[in-house]
Amino acid sequence: MNPKVLLDDKKIEIILHRLSCQLIERHGDFSNTVLVGLQPRGTLFLERLKSMLVSMKVTNVKTGKLDTTFFRDDFRRKEEPLNARSTEMNVAVEGRDVILIDDVLFTGRSIRSALTAIDTYGRPKSIELLVLIDRRFSRHLPIQPDYLGVQIDALQGDKVRVVWDDNPRNNIVYLEKQNA
Amino acid sequence: MKTLSVDHLLGIKYLTAEDIHLIFETATQFKEVINRPIKKVPSLRDITIANLFFENSTRTKLSFELAQKRLSADVINFSAGQSSVQKGETLVDTVNNILAMKVDMIVMRHPYPGAAHFLSQQVNACIINAGDGTHEHPTQALLDAFSLKEKLGELEGKRIAIIGDILHSRVALSNIYALKMLGAEVRLCAPKSLLPKHIESLGVMVSTDLMSTLNWCDAANMLRVQNERMELNYFPSIREYSQYYGLTLERLKQLRKEILILHPGPINRGVEITSAVADSPHSIILDQVENGVAIRMAVIYLLASKLIIPTT
Repeated sequence: MNPKVLLDDKKIEIILHRLSCQLIERHGDFSNTVLVGLQPRGTLFLERLKSMLVSMKVTNVKTGKLDTTFFRDDFRRKEEPLNARSTEMNVAVEGRDVILIDDVLFTGRSIRSALTAIDTYGRPKSIELLVLIDRRFSRHLPIQPDYLGVQIDALQGDKVRVVWDDNPRNNIVYLEKQNA
Repeated sequence: MKTLSVDHLLGIKYLTAEDIHLIFETATQFKEVINRPIKKVPSLRDITIANLFFENSTRTKLSFELAQKRLSADVINFSAGQSSVQKGETLVDTVNNILAMKVDMIVMRHPYPGAAHFLSQQVNACIINAGDGTHEHPTQALLDAFSLKEKLGELEGKRIAIIGDILHSRVALSNIYALKMLGAEVRLCAPKSLLPKHIESLGVMVSTDLMSTLNWCDAANMLRVQNERMELNYFPSIREYSQYYGLTLERLKQLRKEILILHPGPINRGVEITSAVADSPHSIILDQVENGVAIRMAVIYLLASKLIIPTT
């Protein structure tokens, strides 16, 4: 069966609500918190999460979009070039609690480059990680999420696709098996 | 994923419009990087670049060196005046000796047209042309076009004038190639003695009338009179040149619309452009300098990405 649905729109909505509650529990009114979505797909997840927080009466949400291309450790190691996307960090991170947001946590290398990249804007008080999907047993680095949607098992060549649509009913996450 | 169609940057002539757009997209991201509190990225930490300047340079050399350091490359600098070139060493020998020290990339300025192209065929390294005689100065043209695009939007159909010593200018030729590739209309303006023969064959218009050219254009790139390359007298006097072709605030005020003023530097204030114009809101000269670092970072980054590290 290909592709396999991991999360449908209803489950995604429940997870967004739960993650928002967890964030509010730990970060209160968000006065010292910055949510940073990682380009390209973490920023789409961030938009949905921000909408959920706003619907839960959290109005003071500061956000940024971070591209980590120039900080990646696989430069010159692939025939395919690394093309950078836009970074929009119009918010100070010095002394703030930063939450990095991505849709899928796989090897952890993107997060490592994000940890280096965020430092070029200042020294945050703390950095946490929030992901929608954690592909466990596939990490190359000792990096784990602080907030998690779901944990899944997938083989190395499998692909997790997260589809965000303007209509929330069309949001879906599915798994493409390598040789299915 | 996009990549450059070339392995060296020898001239704009060898690029495609897609290459230029990719360089611009990458430079836009690097411009954001160089405005951060920490302006450095680790991408080129395992790359060594040699800057070989066989001809004087201030801003191009500084701009390249800063771009390389912002990318975390190791940099060595070479000036012909203090080297074995004075003892009769050939260009290929000089470069091969430098490459034997495990250098990955060469940025070269040379007084002879075609020197960068010659070198790219003789040695095994990535070559970036930082100006070869009166031939090309590709990174200057890229930063000029990038600065224009920032202010004017897409250059398709925009009218750009290049005014001054076209005959001795590598900036003019590279600009013509880049602007035409991006769809701009280009008009050259200079005394006849400073216009190369058959230059119209590149698809540009030619004029000797400064005011009509200024009234026609959206932006004017003012070129320096290159006295050091002039073996003959191309005009009666500097004073006469500046009277006919010097850009003054009074002339700008007479125009029907506001235009942008560019200058690749160094400026001969009071000759091709007055101080009042160079320092006026029309001038984007300092934007050009800032964009120069971002453009050079983009070019170096994109070319370095082709130097794949063997995995075995």
